[in-house]
Amino acid sequence: MNTRVVELLGLKSPAGVHPPSQKLAAGHAIERAPLPKSVILPLQQHIGAPAKAIVKRGDEVKVGQKIAEADGFVSVPIHATISGTVKQLATVASPVTGQPVPGVIIESEGKNEWIELTPADSETLSKEDILTRIKEAGIVGMGGATFPTHVKLSPPPEKSIKSIILNGAECEPYITADDRLMLEETDRILTGLKIVMQVLSVKRAYIAIEENKPEAIARMRQGVAEGSLPGEVEVVAVPAKYPMGAEKTLVKSILKVEVPEGGLPMDVGTLIQNVATLAAVYDAVALGKPLVERVVTVTGLVGTPKNLLVRFGTAASSLIEQCGGADPSADEVIFGGPMMGIAQSRDDTPILKGTNCVLVKRSDIREEYSCIRCGRCIESCPMGLMPLQFVNLVKKEDYESLANYHIADCVECGACAYDCPANIPIVSYIKTGKAELRKAGVR
Amino acid sequence: MDNAKRLVLSSAPHLRGGASIKRDMYIVILALLFPTAGAVYFFGLYVLLMLATAILCAILTEYVAKWMRRQSFHMDGSAIITGILFVLVMPPRTPLWIVVVGSIFCIAIAKEAFGGLGHNIFNPALAGRAFITVSFAGALTRWIAPVHSLLADGVTAATPLGEGFTTTLSNVELYKALFFGNVAGSAGETSALLILIGGVILLAFGLIKWQVPVFYIGTVALLSFLLGQDPLFQILAGGLMLGAVFMATDYVTSPLTTRGKIIFSVGAGILVVLIRKLGSMPEGVAYSILLMNAFTPLIDRYVRPKPYGYVKSRNKEAAS
Repeated sequence: MNTRVVELLGLKSPAGVHPPSQKLAAGHAIERAPLPKSVILPLQQHIGAPAKAIVKRGDEVKVGQKIAEADGFVSVPIHATISGTVKQLATVASPVTGQPVPGVIIESEGKNEWIELTPADSETLSKEDILTRIKEAGIVGMGGATFPTHVKLSPPPEKSIKSIILNGAECEPYITADDRLMLEETDRILTGLKIVMQVLSVKRAYIAIEENKPEAIARMRQGVAEGSLPGEVEVVAVPAKYPMGAEKTLVKSILKVEVPEGGLPMDVGTLIQNVATLAAVYDAVALGKPLVERVVTVTGLVGTPKNLLVRFGTAASSLIEQCGGADPSADEVIFGGPMMGIAQSRDDTPILKGTNCVLVKRSDIREEYSCIRCGRCIESCPMGLMPLQFVNLVKKEDYESLANYHIADCVECGACAYDCPANIPIVSYIKTGKAELRKAGVR
Repeated sequence: MDNAKRLVLSSAPHLRGGASIKRDMYIVILALLFPTAGAVYFFGLYVLLMLATAILCAILTEYVAKWMRRQSFHMDGSAIITGILFVLVMPPRTPLWIVVVGSIFCIAIAKEAFGGLGHNIFNPALAGRAFITVSFAGALTRWIAPVHSLLADGVTAATPLGEGFTTTLSNVELYKALFFGNVAGSAGETSALLILIGGVILLAFGLIKWQVPVFYIGTVALLSFLLGQDPLFQILAGGLMLGAVFMATDYVTSPLTTRGKIIFSVGAGILVVLIRKLGSMPEGVAYSILLMNAFTPLIDRYVRPKPYGYVKSRNKEAAS
């Protein structure tokens, strides 16, 4: 039953909010963006230790060539996304944190020359070989969190994994990258799923797609029926309520269990992978192709919102131009969706592995009033927390008490602030509270 | 977009829903229009005078209080609501000077002195009524029967819950009168029908939780029945309907969680029956809500939503 109908009837529905979906680019097939003349590649595009550069100024590189080595287990390499010459190694501002990170700038000679790829038959590869290929290809979670995939697919032996959940929810407004990928690259995604099921020896998989994407649901169902996946694979239409795509919310919706506080989905026997990540896994394992590009939805106040296939390091401004330029009234460029995305200080910041959307919009900053205890934040919180208490405690600078209210469970989805009638920037207070707790050494 | 243009660095979420304090308040005012119209219909134009006085005093008092606290004054409609509610719980021929004193007390003491909107512990309108009751008890003895004309002065009559209430109506006719509002009482409490319409509006816009009026009224009905009283009469007579729909549901002064609200409503229901039965006051709604308002911070401290993935064992808690 449609989520809205469920809510109207007063039946139980998952906690969350209903921002207007604004899937402006939904009907636009993926289009390859023209290759950029130069790219800026920060060496931190993933969770974990930043990669270490192995090229120097003046080196000639080809597409797919490793230019930075992974630093340790929880790290992945970075590859050149265009062919040409390394212009310089510089410190650049991370589009995600704003902090300085080492980076490599490459200038193109216009040829798009690739390294030689080594395809393989995944069914003959050992589990370790597959994981090595995934790591060497630099694959990270492409839903936005950018956690190194080979690490995620190496759970400790005591955690027995019974199922995989494919995350095709795409619950944020505006973003349509995964939707188009499921429609157009079904086979790559499903073969990637097959490889992952093989690595984890798992016989059950769920493909979660929000109910507002009926075509993708149909297409994936068709793909599953026609494909030769090992075990039971079920396409599940999940309620279209933000933040359904958050890992913990998704686990609860599909498996009807909750991930224990402070734990991970593997604690309830499951793993979650974004659909784009699995397509990249297929590319890496079967084709030997490293991760150098991704689908980015460029949308909002642009001439024509599109879903572009973009090489990492491309400046967002060139993509915006591709889409007919920004409306003069727009004054914000956001990497990611409107609920959790990061506002950029310049419009030419580089696209990273985790950038699923470039949203051009008009800012909507409202005056903050005093909390009126309406309780909407508590109702909309998917993690069962009391966001107004966090605001209260941070205002009083009582940071120690934040832990008593389980602030560590907050996934910063923004549902609380979305519904707040007093326009309180709740997530900002929460981030401040968490930072202060970290400073004080409390987890 | 050229680089020279400064981009706005807002923090997530960059999108807001349509909820605003003003919108909430104006929906409440819309819902209140029904019992207010009833008040004017049953008790005449004088009620309108009381309303104008109360609203004006409330707004002015808030303006002055904000100025004294060096804060900005926002016309969000909350003062209007307090003014209207205060009049609706007062006798319909209350002298205007009492309306003035009462509404000033509601805003200055019950609301602003506690910190303003969102910070008050007690329902301001009810706190004002309680203040007037104890300070000017004599002025509150003039109750009148419904006048059904805009200008008539009114004939003194006993309220349904008061001593000396007699009626020649049959049971069914009495219930009808109580339901439609054709009885004596405070300006806005008499018509259950109009209050219910207001309640439906509040529910439709998601401003109140149905559990509050249902458990409040339900508890009163159950307890009255167990005590051998007429539950339907106890529900329809007096200010229970008005309190259940417009005062116990006020989100500022009631608990944050639904479970907490249920505890609040049941507690208030018990208090109403106790005060009506054992206390010297004929009506207990105002005090029941005010007393439960005092318990709200305590309820909120202990009644919390269960966090996702909550693990009870102490070991896990200490480790996390």
